[in-house]
Amino acid sequence: MESFTSPTVTQRDQILVEQQVFSIFKTFYDMPPSSQSFMLELQRENHVEYLTNGLKQLGPSFCVLDANRPWICYWILHSIALTDEFVDPELEDNTIDFLSRCQDPNGGYGGGPGQLPHLATTYAAVNSLVTLGGDKALSSINREKLYSFMRQMKDASGGFRMHDGGEIDVRACYTAISVASLLNILDDELVQNVGNYILSCQTYEGGISGEPGSEAHGGYTFCGLATMILINEVNRLDLSSLIDWVVFRQGVEGGFQGRTNKLVDGCYSFWQGGIFALIKRLNSTKGERSIPLGDGEDSTASSDATEESSNKDLSQGGSHSEKGDHHDTSSRVNVDDISHNSSKGHAKVDPLFNSLALQQYILLCSQDLNGGLRDKPGKSRDHYHTCYCLSGLSVCQRSWSEDEDAPPLPRAVLGPYSNLLEPIHPLYNVVLDRYQEAHEFFTGS
Amino acid sequence: MDYFRAIYKADERSPRALRLTRRAIHLNPGNYTVWHFRRLVLEALNTDLDEELDFIQRIANSNSKNYQLWHHRRWVIERLGSNARAKELHLIKSILSLDVKNYHAWSHRQWVLQALGGWEDELDYCQQLLEQDIFNNSAWNQRYFVVTRSPFLGGLIAVRASEVRYSVEAIVANPNNECPWRYLRGLYKDDIESLVNDREISSVCLKPSQEFRDAVVALWTSDTHPLDADLATAICDILEHVDSLRASYWIWRKNKLPIAA
Repeated sequence: MESFTSPTVTQRDQILVEQQVFSIFKTFYDMPPSSQSFMLELQRENHVEYLTNGLKQLGPSFCVLDANRPWICYWILHSIALTDEFVDPELEDNTIDFLSRCQDPNGGYGGGPGQLPHLATTYAAVNSLVTLGGDKALSSINREKLYSFMRQMKDASGGFRMHDGGEIDVRACYTAISVASLLNILDDELVQNVGNYILSCQTYEGGISGEPGSEAHGGYTFCGLATMILINEVNRLDLSSLIDWVVFRQGVEGGFQGRTNKLVDGCYSFWQGGIFALIKRLNSTKGERSIPLGDGEDSTASSDATEESSNKDLSQGGSHSEKGDHHDTSSRVNVDDISHNSSKGHAKVDPLFNSLALQQYILLCSQDLNGGLRDKPGKSRDHYHTCYCLSGLSVCQRSWSEDEDAPPLPRAVLGPYSNLLEPIHPLYNVVLDRYQEAHEFFTGS
Repeated sequence: MDYFRAIYKADERSPRALRLTRRAIHLNPGNYTVWHFRRLVLEALNTDLDEELDFIQRIANSNSKNYQLWHHRRWVIERLGSNARAKELHLIKSILSLDVKNYHAWSHRQWVLQALGGWEDELDYCQQLLEQDIFNNSAWNQRYFVVTRSPFLGGLIAVRASEVRYSVEAIVANPNNECPWRYLRGLYKDDIESLVNDREISSVCLKPSQEFRDAVVALWTSDTHPLDADLATAICDILEHVDSLRASYWIWRKNKLPIAA
């Protein structure tokens, strides 16, 4: 029996958002089909224009992001790459030069020229350069120095500090491990104890927090899960709890919230939605939908010899736990298995989240018809939300695909098929073919 | 900023440098390089750190979600030690009174409690917040933090019974509130047996029917309690329809249930 009291702040805030979103949906459903088609269109041209202008010049109010300029590069470049557009070569060149000036002579990238190197801006800079692609961009990264910067940021707890004397959290772990993996400089020294740190951040709710004890949060859950996969310790997490937590983060609006009982936000389309892309690949590489339900015990009803051997592959074949010299990543988990799954003859399975509902939220509620995407109706567009709404949209469109080479079926794409974005590598959030180019470049394979 | 860059490059650690960092921070509180340098200067000058707290507080008024600020606060408090504790806990409360789910504030609060203590009143604080808003997940999370880590409560097992009662009351008042459900599961983390056998939980969470009781048990414990899977299957089927947003999740859960003997 529910007792009626006046709504709490949480309830009231939620009701307000629902009213706005449902009114948008109602308007949409009441429209004639031709208008509906228009509403569901991804406004590619407008988004690209908004993005390109941002890359060239940002207004004075952006000085608050002065310590984050590589992030702006990444948000913009990645978004443009997702739409399969190109940046004019001169602008590309300027960006490469700019990022080089953000690179510290002792390794790592800062938020701007002359700033202290920082793991998050390093992640953004490296991802930007990988997205730009090409020899000039990729060879501009000083991997040796970057490795030593990371070693310095490594903390005894297993975590990493964001910068000299900076904060330690799950985000720092992810940015470090992601970059090290991408550049093929991941080794035992960097990986040591990271798993323990992240494990200590999985909360009673099932999601992962930024620091041990804090609240389960979408951004940190993505970071934690991706990191555990990269260091090949993902089975140490309670995956069934994690999945159970994240599926309930999708709300009636179709979009995701970052934490229990908080409001929907377009950026979680990637942070939370991307978790499903990671899980899907885990399942595929294991050869069965075999997420253990507890204690690492596999609970699939039909145990299977092939399944067992592919489990072994995942834990041994690519295990980082093998000793290797510190720049040798041949012993790293093969992340190609996670991004580029060669078809193992599975029937198409539905994604664990509601992909079409999320796409509906992104297209109808997050798009600014003048270009750019946003958190929710009533908020302003920005480059961060543009990046993560589009990344989330890409994940949604591919969420039924077992094989990245085959284009998704039309029913996987809400709205016109022309809404289709480029596929990403979910561990790094860079466009897949840029990842592949970088992978070849850095592993010489 | 050019002034700052010059001082920074020269590594000048003077009162002038300190003033410059203050100005730079006002211009852009997100500039972590400036904060870092400010710490170096503060150390070199051996400045009064209580004043530093006031400085941070002024910046915080318009930047409560800034990582650098909170990190700097931690650095200062670390040096001030337990004398700073009461004031700090009070300050965090006032920030939370403006934004009761501020992630940085909560992380900082947990850090202060663990580094400097002050646990005695924390459960009451959670209680207060939950009375104001039973849907506040940050408060539930803090409650879990307190009951599991406070040196004064005796640990999770000691408080479990009263916490179960509390969660069950919250569930009954608002069954659609996800927080107490997850909290309840959290109380029995890694000990599903006890959860299942807790009468208080079964009386409220499950319909009186024994069959239903078993079905929910199967959902939660399918790898250790191979009960009648047919009922569990039925439940999944029901959920697939009443919680259709998560239909494919319930189908997946159904497929993971052990095959009935």
